[in-house]
Parts: sequence; C-alpha cells; structure tokens
Amino acid sequence: MSKTTYVEAIRQGIWEEMERDESVFVMGEDVAVYGGAFKITKGMLERFGEMRVIDTPLSESAIVGAGTGAAINGLRPVLEMQFADFMACGFDQITNFAAKCRYRWQQAIPMVIRAPGGGNIHGGPFHSQNVEMPYVHTPGLKVVQPATAYDAKGLIKAAIRDNDPVIFLEHKYLYRSVKEELPTEDYTVPLSKAKTQREGEDLSIITYGWMVHVALEAAERLAGEGISIEVLDLRTLAPLDRRSILETCKKTSKAILLHEDTLTGGLGGEVAGIIAEHAFDYLDGPLLRITAPDTPVPFSETLEKAFLPNADEIVKKARWLYRF
Amino acid sequence: MSAPVLAHLRTEFDRGLCHRFLYYMLMMRELEERIELKLYRQGKVVGGCYTGRGQEAIPVGSAVLSQPGDWLTPSHRDMAALLIRGITPREILAQYMGRATGLTKGRDGNMHMGCAERHCVPIISSIGASIPVAGGLALAMRYRGESNIVFNYSGDGASSRGDWHEGLNMAAVMDLPIVYLCNNNLFAYSTPLDKQMNVCDIVDRVAGYGIPAEIVDGNDVLAVYEASKRAVEHARSGKGPYFIECKTFRMSGHSAHDPADYVPNSLREEWSRKDPILMLQKYMVEELGADERDFVNVRKQVLSEIEEAVDWALEQPFPDPSTLEDDVYESI
Ligand SMILES: Cc1ncc(C[n+]2csc(CCOP(=O)(O)OP(=O)(O)O)c2C)c(N)n1
Repeated sequence: MSKTTYVEAIRQGIWEEMERDESVFVMGEDVAVYGGAFKITKGMLERFGEMRVIDTPLSESAIVGAGTGAAINGLRPVLEMQFADFMACGFDQITNFAAKCRYRWQQAIPMVIRAPGGGNIHGGPFHSQNVEMPYVHTPGLKVVQPATAYDAKGLIKAAIRDNDPVIFLEHKYLYRSVKEELPTEDYTVPLSKAKTQREGEDLSIITYGWMVHVALEAAERLAGEGISIEVLDLRTLAPLDRRSILETCKKTSKAILLHEDTLTGGLGGEVAGIIAEHAFDYLDGPLLRITAPDTPVPFSETLEKAFLPNADEIVKKARWLYRF
Repeated sequence: MSAPVLAHLRTEFDRGLCHRFLYYMLMMRELEERIELKLYRQGKVVGGCYTGRGQEAIPVGSAVLSQPGDWLTPSHRDMAALLIRGITPREILAQYMGRATGLTKGRDGNMHMGCAERHCVPIISSIGASIPVAGGLALAMRYRGESNIVFNYSGDGASSRGDWHEGLNMAAVMDLPIVYLCNNNLFAYSTPLDKQMNVCDIVDRVAGYGIPAEIVDGNDVLAVYEASKRAVEHARSGKGPYFIECKTFRMSGHSAHDPADYVPNSLREEWSRKDPILMLQKYMVEELGADERDFVNVRKQVLSEIEEAVDWALEQPFPDPSTLEDDVYESI
C-alpha cells in the first residue's frame, strides 16, 4: 500500500467530506483554477464545479465574513487562508463575529478556516508564523494542528463535521515531509483529544505540530542514554485536552512544554498553568518551556535555525531535568 | 514583430532623461533575471522570489520624480523604485541572499526590503496594507507643513482588500498628498481580473472615493512619467491624492515557483510585443537619433555592475545567530 503525504491527507479529507455532504464547499484565494497555493484543493473544481469551489478576490476579511454568512444560512464552508499570517486581515470577522455567534444568539457556525503556518521553509517574517495564540485565546473558536498525515485527514474531517468554527492550522514544512499509510475506510479523529505519540516513564514532552517530530527525534536519542521520554501530541490547542496533560504529568512527574511558537503568551505557559494548578503535588522538577525566542521569524538560514527549537536543545534540557 | 510607437512624442524627453529611464529599467530587468534565473536556481537565493518583468516602466517613470523628502511604499514588482532611491545592487543582492549586510540584515528576504534613510517603506506583505500606511506618512507631512508627497505602489489584487478602500477614502477626505500607482497586470497570483471585480478598470473603484484618476499604458515609460508629473504636481500643490492605473502585464509567474499555466499563451504573446524596454529603445532611435551602440553600452555597464555586486554579495557573511534577539525592542 502506498503512503499518503500530510498535504494529500488533507486534500482527501476535504474531498471525502464534499462527496459525503453537499453543503460542504471550499472558498479562498486561488483555490479553484490554480488548486490553491499549496495544492490542497487541486482537482476539486473539475470534480465539484464552481458553485462549490470558489475563487475569491484578495479579501481575507470578506472571505471570513462571507463564510460566516453561508454557515448561518446552512452551508459548511471550508475557507482557505493562503498563509496563516494573513488570517490577521480577517481577524475582526473571526474573533468578533464568527466566534461569538453561538454565545450571542445560539447560532451554530459550522465553518473551517484552514491556514498554513509554521517555519523551516525560508518564509521569513510574513510566511512562517505560528499564529495560534490569538485564536486559542478567543472563546468560541476551536484550534487544531495535526502533526501526522493520519491525524491531518481525521482531524480535517472531524473539523468539517463540527458545528463550531474551527481554525485548522496546517504546517507547511510537514506538507510533504511526512507520510504514512492511511486506512481506506472512512475515519475521523476526535477534536480536543491529545495523543501519546511515544510512551515513556521518566519525563513528558508536551507539544504539537512539527515539534512532535523534533521531540520524537530527541526522545530516540535520549533512549540511547537510558532516559525514557513520553511525547504527548496535543493535536487540538483549544479547547485543550486537560485530562491527558495531567495524566502524563502524573505518570512521569516531569514535563517539558515545547512549541515552535514564541515564548511569551505561547501555549506552553497555559499548559504550565494547568499543571501547576492540578498536578503540583506530582511534580519532581520544574516545568521547562522550550520555544522560539520572542522575535519575529527571521528569514536567513543561520537566524531561522537559531530561532527554531531543535533536538539538541531538547536533549540538553531533558538531560538536566532528568537529573534534577 | 516590432514594438509599438510610444504615445508621447515630446522634445522634453531628451536623451539624458531617456538614458536614465533605460538604465534603471535595464538594471531592474537584468538584476531580477540574475536573481530568478540563476541565483535562485543555484540555491544561492532561497524562499519566495518575485519579479516585475515587463512592468519596469511603472516604478521608473514615477520614482524618478520623487524628491529626497518624499516617501515611497513600493510593491514587490517595483525594484527600480529602490534603485532610483539609491539602494544599490549590492544591497539588494545581499538581502536576497539573506546576508548580514542586506537591508534587513537577513531578517526578511526577497523584495521585502526598504530603508528609512532613503524613505522607502519595506514591503508590507499583507497586500493592501500599505494604502493606509501611505496615508499616515502623508498625514505627518501635512502636519509638519512639508511639500513632500508619498508614492504608493500596489497591484490590482490589492484593490479587493478592505484596507485599500479604507485607506483611499481616508486619504480623499483628508486631502492627503499621495500619488497612487496601481499596476494592473490583469492577475492577482492566478486570479484574473474578471474574477476579482465586476468593473474593467480599477479607476471605476477609485471613483467612489472622489479621487482624480487616470489610466495610462503602463508599458510606456514616457506615458507613466507624464501622468506621474500631473499627479505629483496635484499632490504637491495641496490638492490631495491622485490615482494612476497603469495597464500592464506580469511577464513571469507570480513568483519563481509558479509556471503560470493559467495564463493563456495568446495573452503572453500579445504583451511580449509590448516590452517596455524595447518600446523605449525604439522611441530613442526614431525620435532622438539614438544608436543601437548606445544601448549595448548601457547594457554592458549594467551587467558589469551586477557582476561586481554578485561577487561582493556572495562574500558577505550570514548573520551571526547571536544577533537573533536584537532589535525586537529598543530596550527592555
Ligand atoms: C493579505 C494577503 N493575502 C494573500 C497574500 C498572498 N499573495 C501575495 S501577492 C498576491 C497577489 C497580489 O496581486 P496584486 O495585488 O495584483 O499584485 P501583483 O502580484 O499582481 O503585482 C497574493 C494573493 C498576501 N501577500 N497578502
């Protein structure tokens, strides 16, 4: 059986949902004729026609606003932001309108906003950011980021079937760098459920997105030194799977909070707060955050490399925490 | 197949000015070719790589009118505007290669560069966002009673952003001194004009804001220059903003990775007959008695400057990772 890439997994997931449910449609810049900047919607125009695969003007705010209106009126839009960075142009529509509809007037907004983010692709300050936190901080939104092809497909399908607005963050570096065999039958991956990607005893790394793979690399190296690492992949960033976070901390008593996003106001701080409040008695060492520093994402190779968390840094800090 | 004759035959376009046009258009063309077709393919330039091939007349015909105190907000198709402001091929190449001596010290790449001293705002990648920013630059000029103006550059795609509409409207009601140069190259990435708007001309959108606007042949550097002169005069004399829609065509993909299969061949052929550099040269031969040899010499000069700049840029250091956290705040 052949392996499916992360990018293809997302494409298949949307495709299958469009086959399954006529109310699902895609809309965004360059998604129809061109098939999307990253080719997620390739071939959809030919299969589903221009009523369901819609090219828009360069208008993020209008894309989100129109998507929300369509969702109110019974459709299930899957919107594409060409780059997660530019979702900021639709920020008002997302956070002030779409996110609040259910709370204000019990109106479901079954809408997915797909947004390719993340670095390690020489994208520089405008095409590499990890933009999750303003959305994580907005009650009413769900925020998802898959790390594997299996989860990418299962989560996009679950997101499309969900009745609340979901910010679906895709990692550009993972698009073509990870692949695996996928089930042929229909499946979904539940939102707000973390997944243990590697079992371990001594220390937990709680992370998501591309950093799951970097954590796994570090865990493999540390296994050679007899240090057993557990890697928890959050998969959904809001609302968080608190139970899994606490379970892994209670099991290993030590935790590293790892993300590609910058430090201040990053998800690591929030997870640390949850652990400190609910599992303090179980801890045998300080909570450590490994993140990008508080700078914009730099372009040049040397700077971007220094910016992104890496396995060496994780190995070093994990050794220290292990011995603590 | 010969280039069509330029629209404006005026004695004013003397040899000196035309040579200046030619130099900057050729420098932009050759420098971008070097970057896209050589350095990018060799992996010496990474990341996005945008060019303004075929659109050189727009930044050249307008930015030559800028005064030192004016501000420019070029788009990703306006390299010549930077050159005219004194940004050198060396600096541009170091930027593209992510070197420490590039204009952003390696913190941003490709055309995302500018320079405060030379009054060029680095490209704001969120398309359309520069329109309100130009308003703020102009507001400060007016506030201080200067006669300076802002040259704002954007594409047709930008005119679908809310920022574009909000920014234009604000500039109009505040009478801000801004010359807008819109390069209408018929596509925003892959999206053709008829999928972007239900009017044929961007100026129809501008009309709603009460800003004087005109359409010019954006491949005719003399036409761009003449319209820009009118616009600059208007803005400098305190009459408020002025909008120029330059009809042109992007003779490349959206960026280096894009083969632009969505562009019909006929369109590409049609526009290849209107190459702005050939059009200018034809005018110079027919109206100013210029000689093919002059062109060869300009080209030689351009190429040798590029050669020297590439060698220099390749020797430049990459940024030191220890500088990663510099410049986020003035102080903490
Ligand atoms: C707000 C925003 N959305 C999407 C993009 C991605 N993008 C970069 S350039 C571009 C097309 C721009 O078209 P236009 O304004 O006509 O300028 P052109 O590239 O044709 O000169 C797109 C969609 C972006 N940079 N900013």
